[in-house]
Amino acid sequence: MSMFQQLMAKPWAADQGKLDDLYAGGASSRLAKKLALRVFLAVVTVLFTLLVTAYGGRMVYEDWRPAPQVNLLWANTLVLILSSAALQWAQYSVRRGQMDAMRVGLLAGGAFTVVFLFGQVLAWRQLAMMVYFDVTNPAIAFFYLITGVHGVHLLGGLVAWGRTVAKVWGDFEVAKVRQSVELCTVYWHFLLLVWLVLFGLLFTGNNLDLLLKLCGIR
Amino acid sequence: MAYVAHDASVFAPPAEVGEMELYHPKTWLGKYVWSQDAKVIGIQYAITAIGIGLVALVMSWLIRLQLGFPDSFSFIDPSNYLQFVTLHGMIMVVYLLTALFLGGFGNYLIPLMVGSRDMVFPYVNMVSYWVYLFAVLLLVASFFVPGGPTGAGWTLYPPQAILQGTPGATWGIILMLVSLVFFIIGFTMGGLNYVVTVLQARTRGMTLMRMPLTIWGIFMATVLALLAFPALLVSAIMMLFDLLLGTSFFMPALVSMGQQSEHAGGSPLLFQHLFWFFGHPEVYIVALPAFGIVSDLLSVHARKNIFGYRMMVWAIVAIGGLSFVVWAHHMYVSGMNPYFGFFFATTTLIIAVPTALKVYNWVLTLWHGNIQLTVPMLFAIGFIFAFIHGGLTGLFLGNVTVSVPLSDTMFVVAHFHLVMAVAPIMVVFGAIYHWYPKITGRMLNEGMGKFHFWATFLGTYAIYLPMHYLGFLGVPRRYYAVGGTDFIPASAQSLNAGITIASLLVGAVQLVFLYNLVWSYFKGKPSGGNPWNATTLEWQTADTPPKHGNFGATLPVVYRWAYDYSVPGADQDFIPQNVPAREVART
Repeated sequence: MSMFQQLMAKPWAADQGKLDDLYAGGASSRLAKKLALRVFLAVVTVLFTLLVTAYGGRMVYEDWRPAPQVNLLWANTLVLILSSAALQWAQYSVRRGQMDAMRVGLLAGGAFTVVFLFGQVLAWRQLAMMVYFDVTNPAIAFFYLITGVHGVHLLGGLVAWGRTVAKVWGDFEVAKVRQSVELCTVYWHFLLLVWLVLFGLLFTGNNLDLLLKLCGIR
Repeated sequence: MAYVAHDASVFAPPAEVGEMELYHPKTWLGKYVWSQDAKVIGIQYAITAIGIGLVALVMSWLIRLQLGFPDSFSFIDPSNYLQFVTLHGMIMVVYLLTALFLGGFGNYLIPLMVGSRDMVFPYVNMVSYWVYLFAVLLLVASFFVPGGPTGAGWTLYPPQAILQGTPGATWGIILMLVSLVFFIIGFTMGGLNYVVTVLQARTRGMTLMRMPLTIWGIFMATVLALLAFPALLVSAIMMLFDLLLGTSFFMPALVSMGQQSEHAGGSPLLFQHLFWFFGHPEVYIVALPAFGIVSDLLSVHARKNIFGYRMMVWAIVAIGGLSFVVWAHHMYVSGMNPYFGFFFATTTLIIAVPTALKVYNWVLTLWHGNIQLTVPMLFAIGFIFAFIHGGLTGLFLGNVTVSVPLSDTMFVVAHFHLVMAVAPIMVVFGAIYHWYPKITGRMLNEGMGKFHFWATFLGTYAIYLPMHYLGFLGVPRRYYAVGGTDFIPASAQSLNAGITIASLLVGAVQLVFLYNLVWSYFKGKPSGGNPWNATTLEWQTADTPPKHGNFGATLPVVYRWAYDYSVPGADQDFIPQNVPAREVART
């Protein structure tokens, strides 16, 4: 039943009562975890949307100077795509009962993520050493802020990933591991998507004119 | 949503939460300190919130002493005054009301009212409280650092919040911002629990539209908070960057105290947008649980079903949605584009429609009801008064042309105190008198309760009604001293003194309430399991107070909505939610 139909129900009416009595209750930790991740992703989406909006809002000021481009970000993006793909492989394997392949995928996903984070720190250092570096330039400040917030979310993901990795050796309950791998995969794909948007934003310099006009900001 | 075949449900076995593994502590510490029981966590939240709220209450006294009797108290200098104003606002809005309604009532009531053993993630729930406590302690620590707490106003507007000359411009503001960051992290942990528990852990038969409005209010407020707090988080982090790393998100180039600052190109207006994108939903984060709870109090104590249940739910949802598109009505005088003002005035006035609808439905619930003037009912009726008055002045302030001359006057202070301080706190008191018997097994003393209500109700009116008039006269808010001002008559000072005396009295009366809480815990009349003859599940538990796991061996099965009061033909004037039709005694 859709949410809209549920909200239209008249709970005091006898006919509706018969229907409502059929509701079997919803307690299931599997569904709860899935829903919790979705709600959390909604919260994170709001967070990044606000950052992007603030960035766009600042871009329209006349004194906007784009941050110098750090080409290392291309490599980092590739690494993050690989980490997401590795987790997708882990999910594919666990669904088919191929536990060794799942372990490889899981470990590779984590390793690529660590490389990505290391690469981001390297990108920070590169930017800080450029002659154009000026801490009061909002574009540069936003660069550090946005990449930092994204990195912190990946670090949080690594905690969940670590708990999953700890589970996959010895005797383990396949259903539980499977869900953990699935949840990690969703989270990684989501953070990859967020990164692609942020990467586009941070790397386009001052070329978002059309988008800003569409949003009515410029 | 899972459904079973219809014929199976008639004799279906009771719902049992097979997969919810409860943690059963063996030590006293595990049971009452590091507890994973939502009820204990709720009480921990409530005690912490009320404790820090008392600090904010004392600050309001100090603010009023200065305003009522300027130049009389040597221990209140202009810096202290600004610090009191700032911390009073911040604590009351965020650390008291948000934490108490969602962390306190949310934790205690959600699992009990939806028929669940506990929150779905008890461990995360426990961590949520400890992170909240840490945030509170950081805030308290700011009183003891060099320069004291921040005095930037609860809105923490840059650039002044981090400029030298503002009280607490270094350590104070850092601790404030870090404390907010932790508060938000802690809240997000709790909030995920509340939302998922409501959506995913309801017992058999408890459809969404059979939930009591208390749960609807807390649920929707939690959704708002989850989506609004990121804006505060982002702005707090950005301001910390500006302060500690020298960035210029919010800081424009300026000359401060004769010195050219090192910042350039920041936008203070950006902060205001971010802050109020959080700040306005925050009003409804506080109001929606109050709306929900008061609906249940009115229905139970008027022995009548709530009028227009569906409309009440829709209104809660609509208000929640609209609250995200009205934020800039806090910024009419900020210098933003005037067309924005037109847009935001329109959305603001639209929000009056679902809100007014709720008020009509509360009044219509009382109409021809069998009204029991119990203490919770008195507070519920007090809420309706305060909310209508505060709401009506909101119509003035929502209109740009009326709002601009009233901006930053005492009229605004009177408006928002009536609508989001007095009104919700009336509900908090009503709710405590209502659910205290379930929490402790004893009734609160009624005589003390009635005295508490009348003194608080009349006292708050004595404070805030005259304050509107001060606003009309043009008396500004946030000023330490007005000094010799031609347009403000000398009599305004007498009024201010009167308001101060009323506020001191109202504050002192709260001691009676605190005494009642302690006295009744030991000597109150035993309440039994369901002293108000209420229908909702928390009153149908096997034990009072309910034990860990809430419902004993089997979970209740729900057969009806939450408002079967005075059903024609039924022997009793209430039918609990877990009583099937065949067991209702009829004559």
